[in-house]
Amino acid sequence: MEDNKEPKENKRREFLKTLGIIGAAGASGAMALYFGQQYEKIKSGKKVRLLTVDNKVVEFENGELKEFKGTTEDFIARGREGIPGKSWVMVIDLAKCRNARKCIGACQNAHHLRPEQYHVNTLQMQDSEITSPYFMPKPCQHCDNPPCVSVCPVDATFKRTDGPVLIDNERCIGCRFCIAACPYSARIFNWFDPKDAEKFANDPYDIELNVPQKRGTVSKCLFSADRLRKNELPYCVSNCPNGVYYFGDKNEDAVTNGTTKETVRLSTLLKDNAAYRLMEELGQEPRVYYLPPKNRLFPFPEEENKKDNHV
Amino acid sequence: MDEKTKSGIIHDILKSVKLNNGFYVWMAFLTVSLVFCLTAYYQQLTTGLGVTGLRDYISWGMYISNFVFFVASSLIGMLISSVLGLTGQKWVTPITRMAEIIAFAFAAVAGLVIVSDMGRPERLLNVFLYGRFQSPILWDVTVVTTYVMISLLLFIVPMVPDLAIAYNNRSDLPKWQRLLYKLLSLNWIGSEEQKALLHKAVRILLILVIPVALAIHTVTSWLFAVTPRAGWNSTIFGPYFVTGAFVTGVASVIIAMYVFRKIYHLQEYIKDIHFDKIGKLLVLVSLVYLYFNINEFLVPGYKMPKHEAVTLHSLFSGGHAIMFWFVQLAGLIIPIFLLLLKKFRKPTPLLIIGLFVFVGAWLKRYLIVIPTQEHPFLPIQNVPESYTFYQPTFTEICITLASFILVLIIVSVLAKVFPLIPIQETIDERNNKTESHEE
Repeated sequence: MEDNKEPKENKRREFLKTLGIIGAAGASGAMALYFGQQYEKIKSGKKVRLLTVDNKVVEFENGELKEFKGTTEDFIARGREGIPGKSWVMVIDLAKCRNARKCIGACQNAHHLRPEQYHVNTLQMQDSEITSPYFMPKPCQHCDNPPCVSVCPVDATFKRTDGPVLIDNERCIGCRFCIAACPYSARIFNWFDPKDAEKFANDPYDIELNVPQKRGTVSKCLFSADRLRKNELPYCVSNCPNGVYYFGDKNEDAVTNGTTKETVRLSTLLKDNAAYRLMEELGQEPRVYYLPPKNRLFPFPEEENKKDNHV
Repeated sequence: MDEKTKSGIIHDILKSVKLNNGFYVWMAFLTVSLVFCLTAYYQQLTTGLGVTGLRDYISWGMYISNFVFFVASSLIGMLISSVLGLTGQKWVTPITRMAEIIAFAFAAVAGLVIVSDMGRPERLLNVFLYGRFQSPILWDVTVVTTYVMISLLLFIVPMVPDLAIAYNNRSDLPKWQRLLYKLLSLNWIGSEEQKALLHKAVRILLILVIPVALAIHTVTSWLFAVTPRAGWNSTIFGPYFVTGAFVTGVASVIIAMYVFRKIYHLQEYIKDIHFDKIGKLLVLVSLVYLYFNINEFLVPGYKMPKHEAVTLHSLFSGGHAIMFWFVQLAGLIIPIFLLLLKKFRKPTPLLIIGLFVFVGAWLKRYLIVIPTQEHPFLPIQNVPESYTFYQPTFTEICITLASFILVLIIVSVLAKVFPLIPIQETIDERNNKTESHEE
C-alpha cells in the first residue's frame, strides 16, 4: 500500500520533472535546451540566469519561466512505441476478490475519471442459477487480436509491441466504432467535459495515461502504460488490498502480486490454477488471465447479488 | 405525334418550374424549422454528445439508425433507373427523375447525419489524413461519396435534352434560371451524334451505379456485422440490409409520386397504372425482405443461444415487442397482403400503405441498432440507471428532424427548379407507341 493517492501524484510530478528538467533533451532529441539545475535570481528580481546544455549562461525574464513537463508530441511519439522486449500480462485471482473497489478508485483518480466512468469495473457474476456468484474485476483485456483496433478509422486506438492497447485522444474522432466492436464493454466515452477539465486544460497530453481526458473522445484502460515506463505496477494492481492482481512480463514468465509483491512463475500459476480467459471462443486473444473463483475467501453478500444485473 | 401534342407535353411538364408563392412559403417554413433544429446541434457541439440519450453501453442510437435509414432510402435510384430501366421496364420513365432526386438527397444528407454522430466533428479530416483501410468506416466514406456523385450525374446527364427544351420554351423565366438551363444543357441541339453520346453516357452511369449502390448498403451493414456482438454478428446482414433498402426506397417514391402528382397536376403522366405497377414492385421487394427477416430472426430464435436469446426476447416479447411487431406486421406483412389486391394499389390507399412502410422501415433500423447494445456479453453494473437503456432526448430528435428537413429542402428545390418528368423520353415513348400502332 505504498502507492496510495497522494504519493502517486507526487511520483508522477517527479517523473515529469525528471523527464523535463534533466532528461527530456536526451529522451526526445527534439529539444536542444533544457533549463538548468541551478538558476539564480538577480537582485532586481526580474531576471534569472540559467545554464544551458552547452554550458552557456542565458538570461530570462523571471515571469516567463515554467516547469517543463514535456510536450504532447513527445509523449505521443514515445507512447506509440512499446517498451522493447516486454510482453505485459495480467492475472486476476477471482478467489480473492471481495469487491473492495480500491483498484477502481486508484484508477479513476489517476485517469481523471468520474465515479461512473470505469477503466476497470468489478462485476458481480453468476454463470448459471445454482452456481456460485463471484466478483470479477474487468479491465480492458488488451487483446492480441483487438476488434477495436481493427475498426478504428483513424488509427487513434492502437496495439503496442509490448501488449497494451492504447488510445490517442488527440486523434480520436469520436465515432465510437471501437465501443460498438468491443465484446468486453471495456471502453468509455467522454460524453461531457471531463472531470476537472479546466484545471488540466493546459497540461500536455500524456498518451500513456490518457490525461487530460478530452470531451468527445474515447477512453479506456491502458495497463497503466505510464507506470510500466517507470518499471512500476499498474495503479489497480498495486492498490488492491486483497492480492487479487498479478502483473508481469510474459517473456520473463514472471508475474508479481500487487499486494504481497511476491513474484511467481506465470506458467506455473496459470497451470496450477486452471486459468482461463474471458470469452475465449471469440478469438480476440486477451492478455488478461483469470483464476477461477474456487475456495473463495469471503462470503458473497446475497442481497447485493442480482441487483443491477441487467443481462 | 403531331406538334400540338408535343408542345402540350412540354407545356404540361414545364408548368411547375416557375418559382411561385407557394414554393416560397414552403421553403420559408422549411428553413425556419431547420434553423430551429440546428440550434439543437449547436447545443450538442458546445456541451458534448452527452446531450443525447447515448451512454457508454448504448453508444450508437438514433443518429446511426437514421444514417442506416438514409443510406437505405438512397438505394432506390439504383433500383428504379438501373435495374428496371436497363431491363426495359418502360413504365418507370415518369418516375426515374424523382427516384434520382430522392437517391441524391438521402445519400448526400446521410454523410451529414454521420457527422452529427461524431464526438469530434472538427476532426473529420483525420479520416483522410490517417485513414486506415482496415476500417469499414473508410469504405463507407469512399462508397457513399462515390454514390452521391453518380446519383447527381444520373440526375443531371439524362436531363440534358430536357434542359434545352426548357431553355427554348420558357423565355418568361428569371434570368438565373434560364442561365442555369443553358449552362447545364451543354449546347444540346439533339443531333444524332449527341444522342448517341448521351445514350452511351447514361448507360455507363446506370451500370456503374449498381455495384456502388450495393456496396454502400453492404458496407453500412458491415459497420454492425464485423463486430462480435450477439445480434449483429450475422452473415446475412449485407443482403438483409440491401433488400430492406429497396422496401424503404419504394415507399419513399410512392409518397413522392402521390405528392408531386397532386401539387404539380401530373395526373396525365403519373397515372393509376404507375401506382398499380409500383404497388406490385413493393410486394415483390417486401416478399424478398420478409424472406431475409425470417432467416434473421427464426434461425437464432430456434436455437436461442445464450446472448442472442436476451436480445431476441426483448424483441419478441420484451421491452421492444410493440415496436418490433408493429414493424413486422404494419410495415411488412399486412402491406404485402393488401397490395395483392388491385383496389389497394390505387393512389390513395397505396399512399397510406407507403407511409406505414416508410415509418416501419425507419423503426426497423432503430431495432437493428439499439436492442443489441442494451445486452452486451458482460452485465451492465455500477452505473447510473440511465446507462442501462436508451431514450432519445429532445435535442437528439431535433437534430434527426433537421436531417429530414434537409432532405425535403433538396428534394423540393430540385423538383421545382428542374422538370420533374423526363420530357424528351416521354415524347420519344409516345412517338414509338403511335408508330407501333400505325404499323
